[in-house]
Amino acid sequence: MNTAEAHNANEFADSQTTLEMLRVHDLHAFYGESHILHGVNFDVKRGELVTLLGRNGAGRSTTLKSIMNMVGRRTGSIVINGNETLTMKAHHIPRLGIGYCPEERGIFASLDVHENLLLPPTVRSGGMSLDEIYGMFPNLYERRKSQGTRLSGGEQQMLAMARILRTGARLLLLDEITEGLAPVIVQKLGEVLMQLKERGMTIVLVEQNFRFAAPLADRHFVMDHGQIVEEISAEQLPSRRDHLNTMLGV
Amino acid sequence: MMMIFGVPLAVFMGQLTLGLVNGAFYALLSLGLAVIFGLLKIVNFAHGAQYMLGAFAALLGFRYLGINYWLALFLVPLVVGGFGMLMERFLLRRIAHLDHLYGLLLTFGLALIFEGTLVNFFGVSGARYSTPEALQGGLNLGFMFLPTYRAWVLVAALAMCLFTWFMIERTRLGAYLRAGTENSQLMQAFGVNVPLLITLTYGFGVALAAFAGVLAAPLYPVSPTMGSSLLIVVFAVVVIGGMGSILGAILTGLGMGIIEGLTKVYYPEASNTVIFLVMILVLMLRPAGLFGKEA
Repeated sequence: MNTAEAHNANEFADSQTTLEMLRVHDLHAFYGESHILHGVNFDVKRGELVTLLGRNGAGRSTTLKSIMNMVGRRTGSIVINGNETLTMKAHHIPRLGIGYCPEERGIFASLDVHENLLLPPTVRSGGMSLDEIYGMFPNLYERRKSQGTRLSGGEQQMLAMARILRTGARLLLLDEITEGLAPVIVQKLGEVLMQLKERGMTIVLVEQNFRFAAPLADRHFVMDHGQIVEEISAEQLPSRRDHLNTMLGV
Repeated sequence: MMMIFGVPLAVFMGQLTLGLVNGAFYALLSLGLAVIFGLLKIVNFAHGAQYMLGAFAALLGFRYLGINYWLALFLVPLVVGGFGMLMERFLLRRIAHLDHLYGLLLTFGLALIFEGTLVNFFGVSGARYSTPEALQGGLNLGFMFLPTYRAWVLVAALAMCLFTWFMIERTRLGAYLRAGTENSQLMQAFGVNVPLLITLTYGFGVALAAFAGVLAAPLYPVSPTMGSSLLIVVFAVVVIGGMGSILGAILTGLGMGIIEGLTKVYYPEASNTVIFLVMILVLMLRPAGLFGKEA
């Protein structure tokens, strides 16, 4: 090994920690008496798109909620961008540059589309401008004066995504964004995710629609009974597809 | 003399004005209740006591510190509202995770403590707070005599209602409040400091009550029990209007004041009960209230 190579290897080792956007270690989560997550371990590198796959009730949404401190009680460790967040107050966590899109979309009925879009406070500089967002989602611009919940399901999903892009978040936690949407809208969401990846966003995608997630993701984590039971990289995917389909019960 | 349905115009208009002024108080108070209920989900039984504290603060501020009416109108809501924020921060927050009925009990208990303490020092007979000089006398409108102070109360209360409506419906902070009312957990996940928002909201609701109290001080005897009797009617107004909308609270408040005033003209015996009759009717026909959202 020549010196240049050795130097490179060292640099690689040094930057390992800073390359890491999210590390979840031995995460347990509880709602009241019920123990939902049983020691979840995974990590996400900067700029990566990973999926959390699994059947309903496997603990995927709870994992995202635990990261946002939205569940009853948590133990273990969640490190975001080098910060341990387990003891942080819920409203401080997004300030580390996180955007969360809940499964139920969380569009506010008492706000119009424009207000919904402007609602989440800016957490980091460098978020997308309103013009860019309306350029990405022209439908939302046309309907900006409508009451938030009057939009179609697909438009509501676009709105739920769009509003966290404005905040400057660099890590996006997206929960079942394609659920119940028409194929043409799912395709549009796929294009949006590709664009976000190109912009260097780190994305954790909880997904049921494996065909949607497969071409986008760098790695897949399979969850079952509140644990990560398998990690599959994009390269391994073609040979593991049948195995995965059985596991997910598709 | 001109008559309206067998009543002299001056009498009719006089009672209408009186009704409107009462309605303005109903509007201010039910507005505060609705704002607090929206975010905290607590029925603030201390609202009447906080209104009374507003009137008392004006009275005592004038007596002992020489604070005049105009200054009181500005300072008292800040002071009483600040006191409300302390109540929220140190008492209500401790039981926020429990059933909201506990909040009702706690605020009811606090109201009794405030009233009892003041009764102990000042008795129940009530004191007079003199009308500021600039607002004494009245305007002769030709068909009726309009006391200047009542006209002022109407204008000031409506202006405050409009200001509140504007703050809630047209500003960013108001959007936080509306969104927090719907889903405060998601607001936390966006990075909004919801506990602080709750404290500010409660303080604002209390400040509205205190503002109403200062406005009321020159009109009614300032006594420790002035709030509790009014609050019962205000609750009926809130039930009629429904907890749904800000504008609904304002319109219902004014409307009920007018209905009460007109009942005084045509069937005075019913004037104290008419609002409750309307409440029963509304509960039978539209249980969520006139402006409420059906659950």
